[in-house]
Amino acid sequence: MIRAVVVAALLLGFVPAALAVEPGEMLANPQLEARAEAIGKQLRCLVCQNESIEDSNADLAHDLRVLIRNRLTAGDTDAQAIKFVTDRYGDFVLLKPPVEPATYVLWFSPFAILTIGALGAWLYIRHRRPVPPDEPLDLNQRRKLERLLLEDQ
Amino acid sequence: MIIELGHFALILALPVAVLQAGLGLAGAARGDWNAMAAARTAALAQFILIALAFATLVHAYVVSDFSVLNVAENSSLQKPLFYKLTSVWGNHEGSMVLWVLILSLYGAAVAWFGDAMPPRLCARVLGVKGLVAIGFLLFILFTSNPFLRLDPAPANGQGLNPILQDPGLAFHPPFLYLGYVGNAVAFAFAVAALIEGRVDATWARWVRPWTLASWCFLTVGIAMGSWWAYYTLGWGGWWFWDPVENASLMPWLAGTALIHSSIVVERRDTLKSWTVLLAILTFSLSLVGTFLVRSGVLTSVHAFALDPRRGVFILALLVVAIGGSLTLYAMRAPRLQPGGLFAPISREGALVLNNVVLAACCATVFIGTLYPLFLDAVGGPKLSVGYPFFDRTFVPLVIPLLLAVGIGPLLAWKRGDLLGALQRLWAAFAVAIVVVLIGLYVERGGPVLAVLGLGLAAWMAMAAAVEVADRVRLFRAPWPEVWRRAINQPRASYGMSLAHFGLAVTVAGISASAFQQQRIVMMHLGDQTQLAGYTLRFDGIGKHDGNNYTADVAEFTLLDGSRVIAHLAPQRRFFPLQQQTVSKTSIHTNLLADFYLALGDPDGKGGWAVRAYWKPLVPFIWIGGVIMAFGGAVSLSDRRWRVGVAARRAARAALPARGSGA
Repeated sequence: MIRAVVVAALLLGFVPAALAVEPGEMLANPQLEARAEAIGKQLRCLVCQNESIEDSNADLAHDLRVLIRNRLTAGDTDAQAIKFVTDRYGDFVLLKPPVEPATYVLWFSPFAILTIGALGAWLYIRHRRPVPPDEPLDLNQRRKLERLLLEDQ
Repeated sequence: MIIELGHFALILALPVAVLQAGLGLAGAARGDWNAMAAARTAALAQFILIALAFATLVHAYVVSDFSVLNVAENSSLQKPLFYKLTSVWGNHEGSMVLWVLILSLYGAAVAWFGDAMPPRLCARVLGVKGLVAIGFLLFILFTSNPFLRLDPAPANGQGLNPILQDPGLAFHPPFLYLGYVGNAVAFAFAVAALIEGRVDATWARWVRPWTLASWCFLTVGIAMGSWWAYYTLGWGGWWFWDPVENASLMPWLAGTALIHSSIVVERRDTLKSWTVLLAILTFSLSLVGTFLVRSGVLTSVHAFALDPRRGVFILALLVVAIGGSLTLYAMRAPRLQPGGLFAPISREGALVLNNVVLAACCATVFIGTLYPLFLDAVGGPKLSVGYPFFDRTFVPLVIPLLLAVGIGPLLAWKRGDLLGALQRLWAAFAVAIVVVLIGLYVERGGPVLAVLGLGLAAWMAMAAAVEVADRVRLFRAPWPEVWRRAINQPRASYGMSLAHFGLAVTVAGISASAFQQQRIVMMHLGDQTQLAGYTLRFDGIGKHDGNNYTADVAEFTLLDGSRVIAHLAPQRRFFPLQQQTVSKTSIHTNLLADFYLALGDPDGKGGWAVRAYWKPLVPFIWIGGVIMAFGGAVSLSDRRWRVGVAARRAARAALPARGSGA
């Protein structure tokens, strides 16, 4: 997001001037433009924190937006255009990480945790028994109690 | 000279914190009344010393004393006084001093109101808070000292990042810290309870106000940050699942769970062990948040710290605080005897559901934020985890909870009647269905999920209203009785209804953001463009000289047909000191929808890039947040929490007769 853009800007020494998508970049064909925006929303601006290239004002995001639009104009499908970018920048550019062995933990743990938590809570509620009352005093203790009470009087 | 006084005061606060910790913990263990009383004095002294240190730093900023390195790096002569003040915490070192100032403020408050508490508990709470203070004071003095001098002093400072020169962001950190650090109080209570080996309804009654207060501050702080992003960004995004935002969301989710589970401890004397764990986790997540933002693990404007020494120090602090408290928990928690039993369908059951879901949500945010770092650290592939991940995990997780928010408050304690509750909610259900049908009709072919979200919001809002109506027997009892009941309802129950209603308002705002319309065009003077049935006319462009910037100011008129609705004046501000251009958006709102306008670059031929958005219901996101926090404040004003009441209850609890839990 912009805070990240600014840090990147300060670090890299360029000045962010433009705002995200610029009028000049947009394609005349509204269907193609809509596809380009949909793809852009899925791609991360590499120098930003979790901001898509469609929303970012970094120069790199601008270049990627133009690149995507060029690919689509050249006749690429959405998948081909995305692959073109991931081939160059890796999966890091995808805001939605791919589901693969390295990300199973990431993708499946939220629901696993919910299931385990719900199951645990259910078992806890169902299987709790009332705390047994204190054991009754045995004969010796009762005698001692009576003796103490008598002494008190 | 003045700044050295502050430096000295902060150094002196360290031994005072050691005294507070030692006297508090050892005094309670030995039953030494004098030591316990001295711990309270130490807490007050610590607050005075840190407040003095903070005041000298503020003074250095106000008089622009550039012989102080921190001031030279973060302030400048040209800056308005207001931003000179807020610069004190607009940087890493100063914000850490604010952190310990708030910590000591809470400590002093506990000490001040300590008469109402059992002295041992009070002493132990102060002792634990002293330990936390030791860690953070060492951190400041050894790695992040704002009192260092610069020789020779420069004639002018480097100024504050222009992005931070904004009223929304000026108060964002103090509120966040009031929230984060407030969780330290609940943490201290939890650790003290573990040392004593006892948690009961009275304990919950003392913890709850602190937890509730810090939850309110955190809610306001997060809402403020999101609002700031919204009007600063130039395209109206308000949440990015950015690690820095997630860092504040995690303690909020855990804190929300905590204020709910502590109700069960208070009312039914059960879920004690879980509540103590939650209090530890909530503060741990606040520390993790501080670590994430402060250590430089992430790069973002909030992560000012680029020095790894700091990261290692905070990591060590994290390990000691979290590891220590969890070890104590593992040793002592089995001693906490569970109390009242309850059926799965009951108020307690609903609150357990709330906790399970919130915990899962919190874990999701935790994993989504830290998994890429973890994978990177073990040499795995580099990953980005953005909004598509959270849309697919967090959102489906939270939906059952939003449905249950309407039902839970209508269930009785111990054993509830689900069917009866649903029958009483028929009106809410009907309204939700009507909202969904209207939404589907108006937005044919539009986003269905967003329409369902609006239905969900209507359900929650109506359910909150039904619950209040039910409690005062509206339409079922004569008016005088309704009135009497309405007055006699405890404020805490109104607070709950308000907070749930606020949540509904926020959900409505979030859902409706899918309906936004946008127009990005190059405009010349006199040009008109249409958006969402409105006309936007470009009337003029001029220059404006600010205190420390120059700006292009555009003038636009927003028209509905031929009727003028508003004049909008978005700016492009250039800060010469930092060589940075910042867009200042202009927003016209009627609270139901925002018309959002940002000015882009000129094309050099008289054209200006213009970005206009129509955003229905978007103000609801923050209005809902404010309502939630207000609900918390109303609940906080309930007479049950007042100091005297707690003291009388304590006196009664001290009598040999056993109370009934409820």
